[in-house]
Amino acid sequence: MQRNLFLGVEAIGQASIDAGISGVYAYPGTPSTEITEYIQHSKTASERKIHREWSANEKTALEAALGMSYAGKRSMACMKHVGLNVAADVFMNAAITGVNGGLVVTVADDPSQHSSQNEQDSRYYGKFAMIPVFEPSNQQEAYDMMYEAFEFSEKTGLPVMMRITTRLAHSRAGVVQKTTKDENQLRLPENLMQFMLLPAYGRKYYQNLLDKQDWLTELSEKSSFNAFYEGEEKSLGIVCCGIAFNYLMENYPEDDCPYPVVKIAQYPAPKEMLIRLENECDELLVIEEGYPLVEELLTDFFGKGTKVSGRLDGSLPRRGELNPDHVAKALGKEITPDWNSPDTLVGRPPSLCAGCGHQDTYKALNEVVKDAGEGRVFSDIGCYTLGALPPYSTINTCVDMGASITMAKGAADAGLSPVFAVIGDSTFTHSGITGLLDCVVEKTNINIIIVDNETVAMTGGQDSSAKGRIEKICEGVGVAPEHIRLFVPLKKNHDEIVKLMREEVAWEGVSVIIGRRECVQRLAKMKKLNKSKK
Amino acid sequence: MKTDIILAGVGGQGILSIAASLGAAALNEDFYLKQAETHGMSQRGGAVVSHLRISDKPIHSDLIPQGKADLILSVEPMESLRYLAYLSPEGSLVTNTSEYKNISNYPDLEDTFSELEKKINIVRIDADKMAREIGNPKASNMVMLGAASPFISIDEEIIIKGIETIFQTKGEKIVQLNIEAFKAGRAFAHNK
Repeated sequence: MQRNLFLGVEAIGQASIDAGISGVYAYPGTPSTEITEYIQHSKTASERKIHREWSANEKTALEAALGMSYAGKRSMACMKHVGLNVAADVFMNAAITGVNGGLVVTVADDPSQHSSQNEQDSRYYGKFAMIPVFEPSNQQEAYDMMYEAFEFSEKTGLPVMMRITTRLAHSRAGVVQKTTKDENQLRLPENLMQFMLLPAYGRKYYQNLLDKQDWLTELSEKSSFNAFYEGEEKSLGIVCCGIAFNYLMENYPEDDCPYPVVKIAQYPAPKEMLIRLENECDELLVIEEGYPLVEELLTDFFGKGTKVSGRLDGSLPRRGELNPDHVAKALGKEITPDWNSPDTLVGRPPSLCAGCGHQDTYKALNEVVKDAGEGRVFSDIGCYTLGALPPYSTINTCVDMGASITMAKGAADAGLSPVFAVIGDSTFTHSGITGLLDCVVEKTNINIIIVDNETVAMTGGQDSSAKGRIEKICEGVGVAPEHIRLFVPLKKNHDEIVKLMREEVAWEGVSVIIGRRECVQRLAKMKKLNKSKK
Repeated sequence: MKTDIILAGVGGQGILSIAASLGAAALNEDFYLKQAETHGMSQRGGAVVSHLRISDKPIHSDLIPQGKADLILSVEPMESLRYLAYLSPEGSLVTNTSEYKNISNYPDLEDTFSELEKKINIVRIDADKMAREIGNPKASNMVMLGAASPFISIDEEIIIKGIETIFQTKGEKIVQLNIEAFKAGRAFAHNK
């Protein structure tokens, strides 16, 4: 059979096209970005005119995806784990409205925080919303699940969460494809008040959701993605979630695991399977990538029941992504490597690229901040967050998308003056505009520096919704035009940039200072692209 | 047949072209393959690693267990040392000697390598220089693949076919330059 080498994210992108989606809605975020990029580059997606433009943020993305579901078509929203926090309002309520066309919310978690502020486990959101969650163990299963997920969503009338983690997202394997299904026809919901959550309706729909829960567990029980593997050795029963199953099997290369195993890839957790495992075995070991969700479910609060080990009792590390060695240790197979890295080795953290404009901005800003003293530069999420590290050490905060402006405002309200907010162009349109409005309304004394490289740089140079719009947005929100200032972050402009920043610091009010120069990576990428077109 | 390879380098050095060539070769042969990459923040000049596993049997883990890698293939000398715990006692280490110094405290590694060479099979090659001599400075990664190829259980012709697959969209001249780079690297390792 024809196999294609797909990253996990690509398998998901292809499967969604093959399952007949009419739109993907997303904001870039590692490790989810390439799902949408894959669809953007797909010939089939282009022929079918599948919606595949970037959204301003995860909330607008998921709302639009829900709107497409309202109209009867299949749609997908993709985001990284912390993106789901942004989309949490619509996510929770979409579980109450249910869907018309199949809706899948694909969320990519980042255990070990390779490129993220935290390692929150999105399965908790799935449980919180009481919707089905799929968690594939490998690339083929990711494809197969996504291919089925839209139908499953339509069958249950609920959005489905597809939860993956960094390792599956960014690992390649051979995947066999299925035939491409037709898209759904435009079809309004049978009940035109299905998406009306006035309390009187909302109560009724919430009850419907509650009434579906036993059925969802039953479907998990019968799901071909969940499995009970027999084992002769009953001293231990093992529960594996998602890709943790691979790490277990890696420790039994001849497929000779002696213990009974429950593999969970679809939630709610398959209760009967777990009861059977508990009945058969003396103790349980739960191996899951992320927080100890299933382990907590199975662990008896008063400690009187069956012993359950995993991340909570230290058998496995409490945080970070798993690997085959962690699992080996939990199984009592201690492995000591023959070599260790020499002491001479030093770390090599990520850094701003040579020629990046953020460096020029930070050099100037450092001079200006020195006047007032350090500890007053609030920042945000993007390449420019690397300005926290030497040699710049300019910025003091990075919390969540858009928080630079609002946290600087809060600090200004508390009496800190002057304050600075450093935010990227795309982060500004993602979640910065509303914070700016707060500042304008209250005439906050704040210096907002928008480091505009005209792209979403950190995730690989996607189109930014901010491009060509920043000044007009700021004016529209109510910033005085004479305090919307522009500079070009280049070494030769250093003195001019410092002077301009100092002028705005001297002005008591809302200043927006835009440093605009295209991302050097994006520039190189575009040059290469144009060259190959010629 | 099974080869587990740790590919190491610095974000932006393009270790993925090596992985892609081997991936194409493995697929042509109907082998199983898993290849875990580093995307995201580290790509901005940080340390990056890829776990590449090729086998004639299904592969479970995307990550290679410690002490099981047959080969560490690094396009940067210091990065070749970062993942030593993965190398099997019988494994080999093949590294470029061209240093990528984007940090201020880059150590002198000569003594470390001399010590290690007593215990581990190490091939050190100035792939950048060799690629320049061939007339294609960009092909240094293919020199590295060539130097590592004797330690990979895939026939030379099949890897070359993989290189052809990966570079074919860039034209015949680029394909030939990369194959030449591969062969030069391979000859170096054989003559060592």
